[in-house]
Parts: sequence; structure tokens; C-alpha cells
Amino acid sequence: MVNVDERFMEVSMGPQHPSTHGVLRLLVRTDGEVLTAARPYIGYLHRALEKIAERVTYPQFTPFTDRLDYLASMNCNLAYAMTVEKLLNIEIPRRAQIIRVIMAELNRISSHLIAFGSFSSDMGAFTPFLFGIREREFINDLFEMTCGSRLTYNYIRIGGVSKDLPEGFIDKAKEFLDYFPGKLKEYNELLSYNAIFIKRLANIAVITPEDALDYGVTGPNLRASGIKWDLRREEPYLIYNELDFDIPIGRGEMGTVGDAWDRYMMRIYEMEQSTKIVKQCLDMLAPGDYTAKVPKVLKPPAGEVYVRAENPRGELGFYLISDGSTKPYRLKIRAPSFANLSILPKLAKGVMIADLIAIIGSLDIILPEIDR
Amino acid sequence: MTELINEIITRLANAAPIIRLLVVIAIIIVSSVIVLAVALLYEGLATYAERKVAGDIQARIGPNRVGPYGLLQFVADGVKLLLKEDIIPFYADKWLFIIAPYIVFTASFAAFVPLSYSEHIYIANLNVGVLYILAISSVVSMAILMGAWGSNNKWSLFGGMRAVAQIVSYEIPTVLSLLAAIIIPASLNMRDIIAYQSGGLGIFRWLIFNNPFTFFAFFIYFIASIAEVNRTPFDIPEAESEIVAGYHTEYTGMRFAFFFMAEYGDMFVVSALATTLFLGGWQIPFIGNIVMPIWLKDILEVAVFFGKVFLLIYIMMWIRWTLPRLRVDQLMELCWKYLTPFAFFNLIGASVWVLLLHGKGVYDIITGLFVH
Amino acid sequence: MEPKGIYDILSKTFGSKIKQFLENTFPPTIIVESSAIVDVCKFLKNEEGLNFTSLMCLSGVDLKDQGKMAVVYHLFSITHRHKIALKVEVDRNEPHVPTVEGVWATANWYEREAYDLFGIIFDGHSDLRRILMPDDWEGYPMRKDYVYPKKYHTWDV
Repeated sequence: MVNVDERFMEVSMGPQHPSTHGVLRLLVRTDGEVLTAARPYIGYLHRALEKIAERVTYPQFTPFTDRLDYLASMNCNLAYAMTVEKLLNIEIPRRAQIIRVIMAELNRISSHLIAFGSFSSDMGAFTPFLFGIREREFINDLFEMTCGSRLTYNYIRIGGVSKDLPEGFIDKAKEFLDYFPGKLKEYNELLSYNAIFIKRLANIAVITPEDALDYGVTGPNLRASGIKWDLRREEPYLIYNELDFDIPIGRGEMGTVGDAWDRYMMRIYEMEQSTKIVKQCLDMLAPGDYTAKVPKVLKPPAGEVYVRAENPRGELGFYLISDGSTKPYRLKIRAPSFANLSILPKLAKGVMIADLIAIIGSLDIILPEIDR
Repeated sequence: MTELINEIITRLANAAPIIRLLVVIAIIIVSSVIVLAVALLYEGLATYAERKVAGDIQARIGPNRVGPYGLLQFVADGVKLLLKEDIIPFYADKWLFIIAPYIVFTASFAAFVPLSYSEHIYIANLNVGVLYILAISSVVSMAILMGAWGSNNKWSLFGGMRAVAQIVSYEIPTVLSLLAAIIIPASLNMRDIIAYQSGGLGIFRWLIFNNPFTFFAFFIYFIASIAEVNRTPFDIPEAESEIVAGYHTEYTGMRFAFFFMAEYGDMFVVSALATTLFLGGWQIPFIGNIVMPIWLKDILEVAVFFGKVFLLIYIMMWIRWTLPRLRVDQLMELCWKYLTPFAFFNLIGASVWVLLLHGKGVYDIITGLFVH
Repeated sequence: MEPKGIYDILSKTFGSKIKQFLENTFPPTIIVESSAIVDVCKFLKNEEGLNFTSLMCLSGVDLKDQGKMAVVYHLFSITHRHKIALKVEVDRNEPHVPTVEGVWATANWYEREAYDLFGIIFDGHSDLRRILMPDDWEGYPMRKDYVYPKKYHTWDV
């Protein structure tokens, strides 16, 4: 890094930059407008969550998981709750499971809306971001009705959920679900099939299936490379095995399989599928318990588990070592964006600066998850 | 304006030469201040209009608190920018840094001079009006590069170089498409061009309807002029999401405001040129030869002129909030591989038409058929 | 394939390098000698019927009471849909583990993280430097006996 080559310009993108989706620093070496290397520097948001986990009790750590990927809090809560429940070996009541699925899928939609919005504003089309925010307001209202919070919910707890669904939730949710597919159509007309947008993204930063598996890329990025792998279908948790939904994969409609456009479009398709899932779940709701009986002082038996869930950004895994006390001995958080970002130096060789922004946006990373 | 000055000078024929000189200077200063005030008022309201148009397209309201309907928002913005701290980076090239915004603004404002707003309201009747506007607008690109280089910031340099490349390249389709229209009235004098377009119910003798080549020339000119003023989809020099703020990254307060105002001034000039050359300038559609007092006709003509110009500006804003941004190399490709050859062949076609039909337009031919 | 089956195949191929099989973890864990970990991983990735295509997670664990540091690998196969965990235990004062970067590229960043937070040195790693902590940080924060410094440069911690 210290050899000064006069032909190349070394520029530091970030840590404060409008398009790096958080505090990410990219040391970029350019030859004119073309990149020769891009090196990510992370750790600006390191809050030592794993160390904190060793000092707080299991239920006390749940709010910390909200702040891992704050755009998909419900999903992070869910993965952590499933990990501890695996150790405790308890049965979650059916109503709680259905509520968990509803919340997780709604949160998937709102996370993808932000991904879609911020990606489009990086590309210069500022309007879809506001449309996405408008749709997200409905979901935030639903969440606020239920747990009081609009961003970090702390709702899915160990054993179930913290509160039952309020009156009027089902009707409001159904209203939103009827209104939303029309909006997706609008987004496709406005942005997804826009000639300039396609020109910017087609054939850019192709991730081959082998590279994707090698670098640990998961989630919509993996599916965009053509590998049909979704944890909700392959290792079903909660009640996903009873639900009817498709797993969209990238087909290279506009360019190559696994290019940036495919990754972007995955999120649009997934939003469609999530609305389908929530509709089915709302019809399946029956009266019941919203949480299992969990002891006040939680002392899981000693053991080691690794549990993973399908987050909007990939696979979130928790590796938990318990020594039988009230606090975890070791909690390792396997964040999806950590692996997704590690493929960036490989993709960034030979592209232009504008493409670098497209690559980061299409990978949909979020820094708090990477830095923990 | 020149007639006014001549009249006053003849009235003062008896006074001493020094008094005549002072009076002339006073008239020039007063009229410049008036035009400057009108231009600044326009630029302020243009920022307000931009935000309202953006709000409308993005399903939100836009400014509505400061003043009735938020109309005084630009005054509040102006005061805010004046009061901001004036930061000059320590290693910046001070002279270049300071002078650049003034030159940009001056060039943009100086292009207002040859425009004629009605039959009797104009500032200067330049024989080479069109050429003067094109020449002065190119000074903008030089000043942008001055600002970018003087900022001593790698991102600004990127922005500046992109801006120069873009503006200089897009001058060519601009001029070629304008030529296709100029050869018909065979004059660079803006008042002559507008006078040529009189008659024909005030609409059918517009140069855009003269022959199919000028019709296409209008659209080529419009696209190229959006690139000239650095508006999305051609706003890479200031592409906010990629290079922070491009060439005006380091500018604060009023210096930043100058760049901003110059952009809106440029939009006005470019739209006014399009209106004058293609849309008939201040010719009122469908009024024709209705007799009315001169002052009323002048007011109507000014209103019509501004109406046409604001319509074009509204379309520019509309395009900005809808389309994503082109990448640098795609932008250059568009200019050199598509617009320039198209404009060139368009010009050849227009010249052949003028040669064969002696400058008669479609409307003249049709009416000619009926007369005989 | 069942985890016991995987353990049997590995024991047959690598003999005494495969130390132990823990059945009650999820997924079951195979404890491997640290010198053999690269070969074991290569075998697991390339062998027909095993095909562990992905390294899901690589974690460092500080087993202070036993005087050891462990590195745990969670492997997964997309073709056969089976999971296994490998554990390597090394001496706590001189933790050296060969790198598996050549087998799965994703191990690069995970090993950097384990080095950063635990001080485990991965021999043969192409770019072993801190990833989350600042480059000039002293100490390995996730160790059980880590003492927070009072100051970092001139700032109070």
C-alpha cells in the first residue's frame, strides 16, 4: 500500500460517503476512471456485541440482536431466539410461529424496499427511494401497532413473541397486501425495465456460482447467480414447510446470470413472494398462546449449537456455546453481509467508479452487521 | 435597450459630454441591476419550483411552510447560505478557488443579454446573438475545471474532468442541431429569427414545424442541452452519490450558491434558445393579427415567451426526477456515436431541403397549394 | 450422509489425526489435529459423497480453563445437504493453526477476524492483519483474560 505508483490515483471512498451504506472505507486505486483495486476497511462500527453477549443473560441479549441488522430486526431476533430455543429444546406454540413468520416476512419486504430505494438513488434516480419509504410507512405502522417500535422491535423473544397481535392488525395488514403488488408493478415500470438502468447494471460484476459458494455469498446474491437455495425451503423452520411460495433465481434476463441487475431484481421478486406468504399466514391464524412457558431465569443446558435463518441479506447464523450458566460462554454471530462484502475486491477489478457503486448497492450490505 | 439609450442621448444633446457619459453609465448600471434582479428572482423561484416538482413526482408536498405555499423558501435558503461559514481548504489554490464561482455565474448571466422577451423588450440586439450565447456558455466548462482544480480534492478533480469532457463533447450536437434551424431564416440575430416565425396563426410557422429535419433537430438539441447544463441523466460531474458532490464538494455558503444559481441560469438560457429557434419565441399562438394596444401585446408576448421557456424547464425537471444516471463512458458513447452522427446527417438533410425548396417550410407549401 | 458416517470415513482416511467425535452438539463436532486440518478440509470439499461446498462459519473460541484455544469450522454441503462441525484445539499461549484459505476463499476474512479478536495465528494466510479493531490496537479483545486499556492514543477508552 505504500509503494507510490504515479500512474494510479489512490482515493479513499469513505468512511463518510453517501453511497457506501454505512461507515465503510474503500481504498480505491484508479487509473483514470477505471479501478485496478478496491480494498474494504471495516470496523468503524464495531461495538463488541460478541463480548457483550458473554456478560448479559440470554433474554437480555435480544435487544442487541435488533441492532445487528436494524433494517431486518425481526429476522435477527428470530435467528437468535431459534438458537437459544434449540439449546432449551422447547416447543413454540403454533400461533406464535405464525406470528413470527408474518413479522419476519413483513420485515423482509421493508428491508428490500430500502435496498431497492437506496440502490436506485445511488444510480441517480431519486424518486423510487421515496416511493419505497412511502410503502414502508404502512409496514412501520403495523409494527408500531404491535410492539410500539418502528425500527428495532425486540418483539420475537425466546419462547415466542412478546405480545399478541392487536385488534385490527389483520385487517390493516390485508389492506396493505392488497395495495402493495400494484406498487411493485409501478416500480418495475419506473425503474427495473428502464433502458438507462439496465445499461448501468447488465453484465456488471458477475458472480459465478462457484465464486458465490467459495466466498460464502448467501441470500438473494446467491440465488441471483442461479443457485436455487433458500433456507426457508431447504431447512424449513417455523411453519415455512406448510406455505406455498416460489424461490426466484437469476436467469440472466438482461445480461449474464449473476450480474448486478439479477441481484437487484431478486429483491423485487422476493417482495412479491413475501406478500404471498403473509397473505397465507393471515388466513392461518387461529387463537392460541403467543409464547411458550419459559423460566424466568434461563439456564440452558451446556452444549454447542449452530442455527441459521434466512435473513433478507443472506444467512444469519448464531454459534452458541453454553456452559450451563445464565450467560452465554461464546456467541459468534455469522453475519451475511460479512461474507457478501468479502467478494468485493474480486469483483472490483477493471470496473469504473460508477460501477463500484452499483456493485456495493447490488450486494446490499449493511455495516452494523459486518462490524457487530 | 439601445433605442432607449439613443433616445435619452439625443434628448440630452445640449448637455455637456461628461453628463451624457454619466447618464449612459447610470442607465447601463440600472438596467443591469434590473436584469440581474430579475435573473436572481427567477433562479430563486426555480429552486422553489424544482423542489415542488420533485415533491409532486415523489408523492410528497415539497416546501410549504415559509411564506404562502412555501414561496419564500428561496429567500430563507439564500439567507442561510449567506450566513454560512466560508471555508477555503488549507491547501486549495486560493485564487482559482475563489474566482471560479464568479466566472461561472457571470458567464451564465451574460448569456441573458441577446434574448428578446417581446417585440419591444430586449436588452441588446446582437447581430450574432446565437453565436454569442454558445460562446459564452462554453466559458462555464473552463470555470468548472478551475473550481475543481483549485479545490485540491481528488473527488472534485474527477468531477471537473468529467464536466469538461461532457460539456465540450455535447457542444457539437448542440451546434449542429441549431444550425439545421438557423439556415432557414439565415440569420444569427435572435429578433430576426423570431420575426421569421411570425404569421401562420402564430404557430404553424414555427421552425420546428418547418421541415422534418428541424423537428428532429429540436429533440437532438434538447437532449444535448440537458447534457450541457449537467442535469440528470447527464449529471455525472456532480453525481452526488458517487463522488460526493463532484466539483463543488469543497464549496460552502454563497460560493456554492453561485454554482447552483448558474446551473438554473444556464437552464433558462438553453431553454430560451430552444424557444427562440424552434418554438417561435414570443409569437403568441392563435392570436395572429388581432388589434390590441402595444403594451398589452408586449405583456402577452412576454408571458408567452416565459411560458414556453418554463414549459421546457419543467420538462427538464421532470426528466431529472424520473431517470437514473448514465455512466461516463455511456454518456460519451451517446454523444459521439449517436447524437453527433444523427445531428450531422440531420443538418445535411435540412440543407438539401432548404436548397431544393428555397427555404419554404411544410406550412408554406401547403398554403401555397391552396393559393394556386 | 449421517455425521457418524462422515466421522467414520475421516477416521479411516486420516487415522489418528481425527481425535474425537462429539455427538451432542448441533451439528455434531469432529475434533481434528491442527496439523491435519487443511488436508481434512480439502478431502471434505473434494471427496465424492461429501462435497462440503461451503464454509458456513469459522469461529475462534477461548477455552481458558482448559488452557486451549479452539477454532471451530461449520461446514455445509449444498449438493448433499449435510452439515458437520470441525474443531481444532491448540495451545493457548502459542496458538497456531494452518489456514484453510486455499480451500474456501471465505475463510480469508473469518480467519482475520479470529486473529484480530483472539490472537490465533493462521500460518500461511495471505494477509493476516486486523479487520475489526484499529490496526495499531494492542491485545486481543475476545480473550477471557482481556483487560481493557485505559487509553487509546490520547483518548480515554
